[in-house]
Amino acid sequence: MPVTYDLASRFAQTSGLLYFVALFAGTTLYALWPRNQGRFDAAARLPLDEE
Amino acid sequence: MILGGPEAPGVFDADQGSTPALRAHRVVPQPRVERTDSAMPATPAPKYMTEGEAGLCAAFGLGALLCLVASAKAADPAFGLHAGLFALAAIAAIVAILRRYAARDPEPIPQEIGGKPNYNLGPIKFAAIAAMGWGIAGFLVGCIIAFQLWAPSLNLGLEYTTFGRLRPLHTSAVIFAFGGNVLIATSLYVVQRTCRARLAGDLAPWFVVLGYNLFIVIAGTGYLMGVTQSKEYAEPEWYADLWLTVVWVVYLLVFLATIAKRREPHIFVANWFYLAFIVTIAMLHVVNNLSIPVTVFGSKSYPIFSGVQDALVQWWYGHNAVGFFLTAGFLAIMYYFIPKRAERPIYSYRLSIIHFWALIFMYIWAGPHHLHYTALPDWAQTLGMTFSIMLWMPSWGGMINGLMTLSGAWDKLRTDPILRLMVVSLAFYGMATFEGPMMSIKAVNALSHYTDWTIGHVHSGALGWVAYVSFGALYCLVPWLWNRREVYSLRLVEWHFWVSTLGIVLYITSMWVAGIMQGLMWRAYNSFGFLEYSFVETVEAMQPYYLVRALGGVLFLIGALIMAYNLAMTILGREAGERSPATGAALVPAE
Amino acid sequence: MAIAQPGLWKRHEFFEKNSILLLIGILIVVAIGGLIEIVPLFYLKSTIEAAAGVRPYTPLELAGRNIYVREGCYLCHSQMVRPMRDEVERYGHFSLAAESMYDHPFQWGSKRTGPDLARVGGKYSDAWHREHLKDPRAVVPGSIMPAYAFLDRPLDAEAIGDDLTANAKLGVPYSPDMILRAQGDLAAQLDPDGTDATFPQRYPGAVLHAPGEKGRASELDALVAYLQVLGTMVDFKLYDDKKNLR
Repeated sequence: MPVTYDLASRFAQTSGLLYFVALFAGTTLYALWPRNQGRFDAAARLPLDEE
Repeated sequence: MILGGPEAPGVFDADQGSTPALRAHRVVPQPRVERTDSAMPATPAPKYMTEGEAGLCAAFGLGALLCLVASAKAADPAFGLHAGLFALAAIAAIVAILRRYAARDPEPIPQEIGGKPNYNLGPIKFAAIAAMGWGIAGFLVGCIIAFQLWAPSLNLGLEYTTFGRLRPLHTSAVIFAFGGNVLIATSLYVVQRTCRARLAGDLAPWFVVLGYNLFIVIAGTGYLMGVTQSKEYAEPEWYADLWLTVVWVVYLLVFLATIAKRREPHIFVANWFYLAFIVTIAMLHVVNNLSIPVTVFGSKSYPIFSGVQDALVQWWYGHNAVGFFLTAGFLAIMYYFIPKRAERPIYSYRLSIIHFWALIFMYIWAGPHHLHYTALPDWAQTLGMTFSIMLWMPSWGGMINGLMTLSGAWDKLRTDPILRLMVVSLAFYGMATFEGPMMSIKAVNALSHYTDWTIGHVHSGALGWVAYVSFGALYCLVPWLWNRREVYSLRLVEWHFWVSTLGIVLYITSMWVAGIMQGLMWRAYNSFGFLEYSFVETVEAMQPYYLVRALGGVLFLIGALIMAYNLAMTILGREAGERSPATGAALVPAE
Repeated sequence: MAIAQPGLWKRHEFFEKNSILLLIGILIVVAIGGLIEIVPLFYLKSTIEAAAGVRPYTPLELAGRNIYVREGCYLCHSQMVRPMRDEVERYGHFSLAAESMYDHPFQWGSKRTGPDLARVGGKYSDAWHREHLKDPRAVVPGSIMPAYAFLDRPLDAEAIGDDLTANAKLGVPYSPDMILRAQGDLAAQLDPDGTDATFPQRYPGAVLHAPGEKGRASELDALVAYLQVLGTMVDFKLYDDKKNLR
């Protein structure tokens, strides 16, 4: 099937949406994962912990 | 070197043995750290050139030769001048490397002194001073062209001072010269401190800083001579672009290599933002500046894209120059300098992670909102609009994270004008990132586009956010770099703050009124169904607002001059002898 | 200080701990957005060629365009009429993608300190443009445009053939013949008597202009020729709006 402008733009729009949702979910999960809390708390103090 | 003590010998003499700068509240008596390098026993070790020194000398020698040939064969005078400038710079670099070699110890510069990282501060000092100088130059040119719009004869009829040639000089000077040097200075500082490691590379950091400023000189002098691609915010011609690419790749390598040798397991979030800024700008710069020169001995080139494709690539670049140069990089400053100055940890590190990924993801799509109602296909316009509106959320998430970092330290806003400068910058950031999404809505954009409203919006972000957070960072950074307790005078910082805030208010309110009025006049119809105003009537109506805007700009410039004086006095080690409530109250150990 | 914890989310250190992975992650996130948005546009060619009449610039017009680019005219003048009633009435038919398909770079602009120029061609006489460029306020008293009197100097276009070659490499349909005759064609367009009968064959519809000073092509002449061609290539009497909906 030849790639037409319509096809290209429709593919771009659909895949873009899926990609966006996946990325957002991944980031949120990562940031809110309970295990990470301790490390994040430490990291938040990083500028203050310089010798 | 004695902590907080009297003079270091030279302004940039921090390559060796510079102890970390300490802040007022942290000044605790410490045993004097012996400089291992100067305390070497008398048996002199044999001295060799490093591969970097020798290699760079050879490369610059070859470069100088090529540039001299190009200068001789130049097709136009501007190219000849620039090739000559490159050659001169290369020769100067060789001389500098040889002199540095002659003066240095045979041993390589130690990575650590007394168990503490031996931070490399020399290039940072240069970039900090360059930022201040370019900032004033950029604000000044901005004032000149603002007055030219009010009284066009102020260009004195010279081709070099027409609005069309000076305007890129203004935008490049403030964005790339001022903002860029602030970003380079702060990024090279923050990455060392948060990685607890000396900057990677020996000559490389100097190459980045000096090479970048050479790019600025080439670009700026080019504009005056009419050397421009006429792509907004990407005006420099092909050879300047190539040079910047080389410098930028070295910048990326220095930054990455410093992160790689860190002694801290976590990569601090500010470094994420800096890295995103460096990488994305590299990508945008290369793609948007693809062009073929008419001749390799001439300045003129033609971009490879044309028409609608060129338009989308250009605004993909242009908007992300805002998103990654003027936002991501300065958010990195926020995430380091505000916690540091407020002595509070980041409010929510989790939020900062979501903030980061959401921001860099969404910004990259927002470009088409610069092309509403143009010949760009509708779906791309709608996509740009949608992501621009969504951008409001991560933008405000970041702002809230910065503001809430002050929780428990709000009282400092009253006493510390430097912290106040940075917090007000966040308020302006919030305002600009609300206004931006609003203006990206097609119905609003139909009115605002092409008018001075856009100029007002840009300046509320550029003056209120970018410049203010930069000022805050420089006010923090300069005393740290030069081992001073605090800036020369906090009262002058107060003056700077109020004078320039008044300037910003005059600027953006006049441009709001002017822009909306312009938009409404263009579309006004009289009772007979004809257009009410000729174009020139709308131009004439702008006159009072253009004057107010120019005066606002002058106030902003005066503020910057006050700052330059204050920072110069700080570097010179003068004391204003004022009792400052800020430092007085803060003389308590932080931990 | 952060201590790595064992367990399910061991890979959490993914981005934080490996600078190269962080770099790649950032690159993927920013590159894909741009690709998805920009790549489909390159399939747009078939659509935009539907507007007949768009031809490459003549050597004189191209030289003029280079002056327009050099002086940064885009900073105050847009070249993009939006499809709104007031703009169409003020400037003319809204701009089509096809009309700037040979523009390297595009000059749509982003600000109207002065009026849009996308359809300025043919609206004023050459003499008007000349006067206006030299001293804008002599013609339009309220204008705030800088005076461009300095453009009244010889045009340096000896290498204009190289400019055509560069454009041809980028896909602008300049034939080898056009490139070869570039110098002559530049002079031919400044000969209002039309002595060179082959010139209109190479550039159909190109308008001849009288030079400001006989026997000398000035930068002003070139710029005026460029301004006069803007927006005139497509004949809107023959143009079918519906066929070009995007």
